[in-house]
Amino acid sequence: MLYIPIPAREIPDVPGLHIPDGFVSLPVSLIGWAITIAVIALAVKKTNTEMGEKAAPLMGVLAAFIFAGQMINFPVAGGTSGHLLGGTLAAILVGPWAAVIVMTAVVGVQALIFQDGGLVVLGTNILNMGILTAFLGYGIFRAVTGVIAGPTGRLAGSFSGAWLTVMAAATLTSVQLALSGTSALDVALPAMLGVHALIGVGEGLITAAAIALVVAARPDLIERSDGSRTMSPEVSA
Amino acid sequence: MSKGWLGIIVVGLGIAVIVALFSPWASSHPDGLEKVAEDKEFIGEAEDAPYEIIPDYTFPGVENEKVATILSGLVGIVIVAALGFGFAFLMKATRRRNGGSHNPGAG
Repeated sequence: MLYIPIPAREIPDVPGLHIPDGFVSLPVSLIGWAITIAVIALAVKKTNTEMGEKAAPLMGVLAAFIFAGQMINFPVAGGTSGHLLGGTLAAILVGPWAAVIVMTAVVGVQALIFQDGGLVVLGTNILNMGILTAFLGYGIFRAVTGVIAGPTGRLAGSFSGAWLTVMAAATLTSVQLALSGTSALDVALPAMLGVHALIGVGEGLITAAAIALVVAARPDLIERSDGSRTMSPEVSA
Repeated sequence: MSKGWLGIIVVGLGIAVIVALFSPWASSHPDGLEKVAEDKEFIGEAEDAPYEIIPDYTFPGVENEKVATILSGLVGIVIVAALGFGFAFLMKATRRRNGGSHNPGAG
């Protein structure tokens, strides 16, 4: 795990991509809530009808691991740090719908109990860090493993999926800041992408390592993780 | 639930706890959004939370800062894990009640 032995000052007031209240306007927050509530409702329905037997016990484990992982800020260049988001990891293992539930639990508890991320903006934070990452990361992983079989495909798919979701989340956050009049897009976007290009490498490494570990220990978890389809890249190999 | 699942849950939660034990030594640099907010000078827009329970991942009332951070991590792990397991259990229970399971081996 990446860490440096510096005694913690108080964890930053504005950690990761967790937007505090005040950065984003009320209309943007309300749009965030509307999309997030709709997706969560659909996710509950989908997991209720489609969730595989293997996904169920993993949901609690993933929530715990992602919560803990998000506490570990790793240093990147320029006196900046970043931490895991985890949406891609969760989506690869339990599918995007169950991953939305897992990420909602993590981001929700961070806001409600740990004052990490605002309350008004919570819907937006779940959208950026949970919903976007789960679906985009899952889609990229599926696409890459569909082209490249076996362990190479899983490594490439999980790393690139994780990296791209961090960049996408940083982009969406920048757009929300711009729409709110907090920071112009041509100012916020390059800065956010520059920092998160490096943070995304950490996300990619952790996600790829975690997936490799799970496959090594329990290959059955990843082959039918969404309960409905069989991924089995080995079959096409 | 089969024995294999108990193993996954124990090992998975064990890894999460081990990660949490490292949390006091996490990087203290400002991270992505905070750094950009400082550089682009909109950090002042941030509002304080209306209430605080475990702010800054530091369990209140614990003298030792490292212990307070680890403790807050463990509390968080317990809460989110309970939510994750609870949700999965609830889904399974409602599915069984509705008789809509396509997984005859459930339970």
